[in-house]
Amino acid sequence: MRIPCPFCGDRGNEEFTVLGAAGLARPAPEADDAAWHDYVHLRDNPAGAHRELWHHVFGCRAWLVVERDTRTHAVLSVTPAKERAA
Amino acid sequence: MNAPLDPRTPADLALSRPAPAQPCRLPAGGLVDRGRGLSFTFDGRRLSGLAGDTLASALLANGIHLVGRSFKYHRPRGILSAGTEEPNALVELRSGARREPNTRATMAELFEGLEARSQNRWPSLGLDLGAVNGVFAPILAAGFYYKTFMWPPSFWEKLYEPLIRRAAGLGRAPEGADPDHYERMHAFCDVLVVGGGPAGLMAALAAGRAGARVILAEEDRELGGRLLAEAEEVDGMPGPAWVQSVEAELAAMPRVRLLRRTSAFAVLDHGVVGAVERVADHLPVPPAHLPRQRYWKIVARRIVLAAGAIERPVVFGGNDRPGVMLGGAVRAYLNRYAVRPGQSAVVFTAGDDGWRTVADLARAGASVEAVVDARSEIPAQQARLAARLGARLVAGGRITGTAGWHRIAAVEIGDDRGCTEGRGADLLAMGGGWTPAIHLSCHRGGKPRWDDALAAFLPGTTPPGMSVAGAAAGRFTTAAVLADGAREGAAAARDCGFAATEPQVPRAEDTPDARVALFHVPASRGKAFVDFQHDVTAKDVALAHREGFRSVEHVKRYTTLGMATDQGKTANVTGLAILAEIAGRSIPGTGTTVFRPPWTPVAIGTIAGHHRGKAFRPTRRTPTHAWAAANGATFVEVGPWLRAQWYARPGETEWQQSVAREVAAVRNAAGICDVSTLGKIEVTGPGAAALLDLVYANTISTLAVGRVRYGVMLREDGFVMDDGTVARIAEDRFFVTTTTANAGKVLQHMEFCHQVLRPDLDVSMISVTDAWAQVSIAGPRAREVVAGLVDPGPDLSNAALPHMAWRAVGVDGVPARLYRLSFSGELAYELGVPPDLGEAVMRRAVELGATPYGTEALAVLRIEKGHPAGGELNGQTTARDLGLGRMVSTKKDCIGRRLAERPALTDPARPVLVGLKPVDARTPLRAGAHLFMPGAEPVTANDQGYVTSACVSPTLGHPIALGLLSRGAERVGERVRVLDPVRGGDTEAEVCAPCFVDPEGVRTRG
Amino acid sequence: MHYSVFSLLRNALSGNRSWTPAWRDPEPKPAYDTVIVGGGGHGLATAYYLAKEHGITDVAVVEKGYIGSGNVGRNTTIIRSNYLLPANTPFYEKSLQLWEGLEQDINYNAMVSQRGVLNLCHSDAQRDAYARRGNAMQLAGVDAELLDAAQVRAMVPGLDMDNARFPVKGGLLQRRGGTVRHDAVAWGYARAADRRGVDILQNTEVTGILVEGGRVTGVETTRGTIRAKRVGLAAAGNSSRVAAMAGLRLPIESHVLQAFVSEAVKPLIHTVVTFGAGHFYVSQSDKGGLVFGGDIDGYNSYAQRGSLPVVEDVMESAVALFPAFSRLRYLRQWGGIMDMSMDGSPIIDRTPVDGLFLNCGWCYGGFKATPASGWCFAHTIATGAPHALNAGFRLDRFATGRVVDEKGAGAQPNLH
Repeated sequence: MRIPCPFCGDRGNEEFTVLGAAGLARPAPEADDAAWHDYVHLRDNPAGAHRELWHHVFGCRAWLVVERDTRTHAVLSVTPAKERAA
Repeated sequence: MNAPLDPRTPADLALSRPAPAQPCRLPAGGLVDRGRGLSFTFDGRRLSGLAGDTLASALLANGIHLVGRSFKYHRPRGILSAGTEEPNALVELRSGARREPNTRATMAELFEGLEARSQNRWPSLGLDLGAVNGVFAPILAAGFYYKTFMWPPSFWEKLYEPLIRRAAGLGRAPEGADPDHYERMHAFCDVLVVGGGPAGLMAALAAGRAGARVILAEEDRELGGRLLAEAEEVDGMPGPAWVQSVEAELAAMPRVRLLRRTSAFAVLDHGVVGAVERVADHLPVPPAHLPRQRYWKIVARRIVLAAGAIERPVVFGGNDRPGVMLGGAVRAYLNRYAVRPGQSAVVFTAGDDGWRTVADLARAGASVEAVVDARSEIPAQQARLAARLGARLVAGGRITGTAGWHRIAAVEIGDDRGCTEGRGADLLAMGGGWTPAIHLSCHRGGKPRWDDALAAFLPGTTPPGMSVAGAAAGRFTTAAVLADGAREGAAAARDCGFAATEPQVPRAEDTPDARVALFHVPASRGKAFVDFQHDVTAKDVALAHREGFRSVEHVKRYTTLGMATDQGKTANVTGLAILAEIAGRSIPGTGTTVFRPPWTPVAIGTIAGHHRGKAFRPTRRTPTHAWAAANGATFVEVGPWLRAQWYARPGETEWQQSVAREVAAVRNAAGICDVSTLGKIEVTGPGAAALLDLVYANTISTLAVGRVRYGVMLREDGFVMDDGTVARIAEDRFFVTTTTANAGKVLQHMEFCHQVLRPDLDVSMISVTDAWAQVSIAGPRAREVVAGLVDPGPDLSNAALPHMAWRAVGVDGVPARLYRLSFSGELAYELGVPPDLGEAVMRRAVELGATPYGTEALAVLRIEKGHPAGGELNGQTTARDLGLGRMVSTKKDCIGRRLAERPALTDPARPVLVGLKPVDARTPLRAGAHLFMPGAEPVTANDQGYVTSACVSPTLGHPIALGLLSRGAERVGERVRVLDPVRGGDTEAEVCAPCFVDPEGVRTRG
Repeated sequence: MHYSVFSLLRNALSGNRSWTPAWRDPEPKPAYDTVIVGGGGHGLATAYYLAKEHGITDVAVVEKGYIGSGNVGRNTTIIRSNYLLPANTPFYEKSLQLWEGLEQDINYNAMVSQRGVLNLCHSDAQRDAYARRGNAMQLAGVDAELLDAAQVRAMVPGLDMDNARFPVKGGLLQRRGGTVRHDAVAWGYARAADRRGVDILQNTEVTGILVEGGRVTGVETTRGTIRAKRVGLAAAGNSSRVAAMAGLRLPIESHVLQAFVSEAVKPLIHTVVTFGAGHFYVSQSDKGGLVFGGDIDGYNSYAQRGSLPVVEDVMESAVALFPAFSRLRYLRQWGGIMDMSMDGSPIIDRTPVDGLFLNCGWCYGGFKATPASGWCFAHTIATGAPHALNAGFRLDRFATGRVVDEKGAGAQPNLH
């Protein structure tokens, strides 16, 4: 698999590690238990486009939001997590 | 009299005798080098061949057809094909540690001294007692083993299975470690062409001329594909000559790389292709400078699949006898290898294709006894050819049986009126048509589509970036194949942005192959094999269907069709056709064949490459490694690191003696230990303190510059992730240490917390683990040792540099950092210096009276102090479990705070960290033992915890341990039973506080 | 037809023409008492035990493809009960005990082969962790032995004991562990369930779960609506997609796990061996092929294929452990889709929807669990409440923190 890193270019997936779903908003400290349980444990796990966090750990060390189709592995978009959150 | 010692193996001896002539070698022609004879042995028999031969062609040149035995019935088997699809002719190649079982004789290039043995037979290839299985074939039908061997139950492992295992398997694994080496290559190209036949050559030419970076991968040792095997002309010259001209042009293109002997075995996502180049398999032993094989990882923008096609055997009774060969293979042996595989031949065909075999056989001087053509109408030209050759022509004919044992002796021919006749023959050339080699187009989930006109599966949806050309795309005339290759090669180059034009297509044979679909002769006598190697017959397919196994996948799995080393290359489509016939459905209505990698079996060691033995994973050495090695250290693997475990001194015979001495030195004088493996991270920026407050459970932002704080971090699920220290170097700069094991994970986590959770913070961080040699200097005399190590000047007094403070110092004029930190509970420092000063610091510290100590003493010291480490930081413990509960700040947000409040994590009955002392001071405690109330039945329900770390304390003179014990904090003074059944341990211990030495911390602060 | 050596002989004499289908191919009925979604090992076993243990035979197993097309046919065939945590050990031990009597119970030879499972350790800390685990096993009545390096050397010839980057220090052996012919498990349970009246509906895909007033009433399928009082989901790999049809979000991600088989060679290794310094496990099948695998690829996937880095890692580990494997060739590889849960352990429980039950989250340990999973799921469906053996596998354990985390890896599915 190849991941086009916005900083380093097209790279093999051996340079990356994957955390899991992206776009999960970390609840406020005072949010209720259900919100925290949801954030830490529950996942959509879609068959299709999936936004997920990849870390270019053997590259520029950027955390990236990779949008990828979980059925075909086609990479639809890659954005630095930092930029996306800003 | 003693026989003289002869170092020669039997194979050597065989090679020393003169080889007989090759009786079936044609006097002229072929692409073999008649000037270079080669000797080889087969089952110890000395034979000769020519350079350019495969083992298969050389055996046939010697008139040898019987090469192997089948898997189940041990039927005599010969050489079916001339290529990668070979199911029958498997041998053990080479010997000893280089033995390669299950090697296809059709793919093994002949070399001087080649040694091959037949396999899976006893006592010999000619007389194999396993052949008795054939008699019991009705019982040994598909899936028989699911229905029996169940009584009595205990007999399966004791009797049935050992027998089956001994009988199963094919060749024998090599003996010992592989003496050869392998390498891994990465390559990037615009256009990867898989297959160097006419289509692939044209594709490479088109893309190469356009200036694209091209890689052409060909499985054979030579480019050319079928053009090497057929007697046909291209552009007015013999096929091989045309190939040479193209090859010369390609070789002159600097951006084109030709990889011969290279099988592309897997197509993966995003244009990644795995390939294996057999660099030295054609040599007796790889030269020192060359790997045996090379694993290529090719990243291609476009892939042109030009893998050709594989001829399909016809399923009829006795179709497996040695001497029954694929027609295309017969032509390859005749034309490429100048070998006549039979003297009196019968050709069984379903179309024009077989008539080429007839012509080539006749030209080579073989007698064509009969041509059995499944078509009822035979073109006049072909009928005339038969008549001219005096061959019996049976239109609408079928082969309905064969006779012979080690080699075919006669065939039975049936015509369309139901009459049968016998014919003597020592060669039966058969072919039911060609199956496009679309395998690589399926590796990414592409589904093939059935083409009724061609009676073949063609690529359906191809993966993005791949096109298919030539015979693989269902083009079956040379002219069409050449044109297709030119078109697809140019298109691929254009896709990559090159202005490619299609090269002119050379003149070539362009008569479409008129044929009928022929898979199976139902009315034939004897076992009719679909999958040769696994002995799957048409009856087995029918039986599977009868028993409800109707999906193609079910049939495959139940009968094992297509699961042999040839991966069903000659069997899958025929099996499907027979299943469709039985089910009364169309082939596409019955199912499709899907192909998974690898295209061809790949040596495990080729992909492993250099990552084996000591080089399996990189080894990290600390800056003081060489010094430690020179000073008697024994090293231990700690993750990727090698660390000094203890330093044995003369006279110390047991490691415990060394450790006890080292611990005593730290407790009574001073010791020095390399702790450079701890993860070290520099966190800088105005947002650094805020980030660390989020990452650590305790508050870091309140730490004063010049001070150090112990920190614990949680995972978001509330369990402890890691611990370490944080030194505030400046208002906006922190130096963080982590455990050795979690160094990478913690940095990654901090980057996550920053980039994903708090991108608003202006902070950056970098690993400085390798930038510092860090040593711990501990013991009552540590201060004087440190004073002697650092450049004069700094005030090291307790007041100036108290516990949990740090200051900048110099060592040899080089800036260094001195942290007052203690893991051992003694007055202790960690000194960080640039790595190249590490050894000097060790050496000087020892000169100043410090005793070097290793990880064992380090562990003992920390257990004596009750500090949690690996055994306790196991991902299953909370801060409270470890006695660190009060460190989790409730005044601020931090990772893991909320989920640490979940009921199960705050349950007062959870096991918490305690100290344990054996009641009988001589009995050691061991980590991993479980804890029980004395007298309680030792079962899971009564399990109260376990020992996490244990040692013999030299300071206290008896064993001690740390453990996690349910409600442990309330149980100090109680006794627990320490049960270690896997090591036969059963003792009692007294629960105590986890800190055994100086619980008030007086020494640390001294 | 009862399978025995006599039925084999009798049929052999009649040219094997009298064998009957191992299971019927019925038309779906409009309604069943219980519908099991997923015709893999777990679903078929559930149906079998519903019929056998609870007398519930009005059951349909609904399978979108052919039975056994999921992970029961895509694994490395290992069975064992060498677990550490009290929520796991008795459950997997129940499974092992069911394996031990399975063939006589279902009259199908699944080739349960108790050739031993040996987990190698390469450091003192790892040995201690195995001691903790081995002790936990023995305390739960499960066989476990801690071997030293010499015992490992004697037991597994061919291991690199002298030149290894991570020297073998010993191992944890469970002699009763071993391997089972994976496909035969699906077929054997299917045949046995069919004989007790269960309808196996192949090529029938569930497209919706019918819920009325908070209670499940059936499923929509590609072959029409099927009503049911109870619906059990056993669609590991696709659990999130199926559960979503009932509005549930699960603590699960789907990941791909690759596995490999080599060409058949004469017997080379006799036990199942797992590497402790990398992700690698291997056994040799009765046919002679080495069956081996490694880590998951690490990214969410529903495509049954992986990528090269894991292939390389697996092959490197193979040669590191067994240097003589280097010249053997791997023959096939495949990918299975795993339900990776947040603590590495499964879920067998009720759901917030009445009558809807969930069996999922098997990570890559589902095959060995097949019998106990079916047995416990059948109990949970039949009685409406979990059995003591699956009481730890509750859906709400993530909210309460009562997680079952053998590895201590935390709430990150790809680390389990």
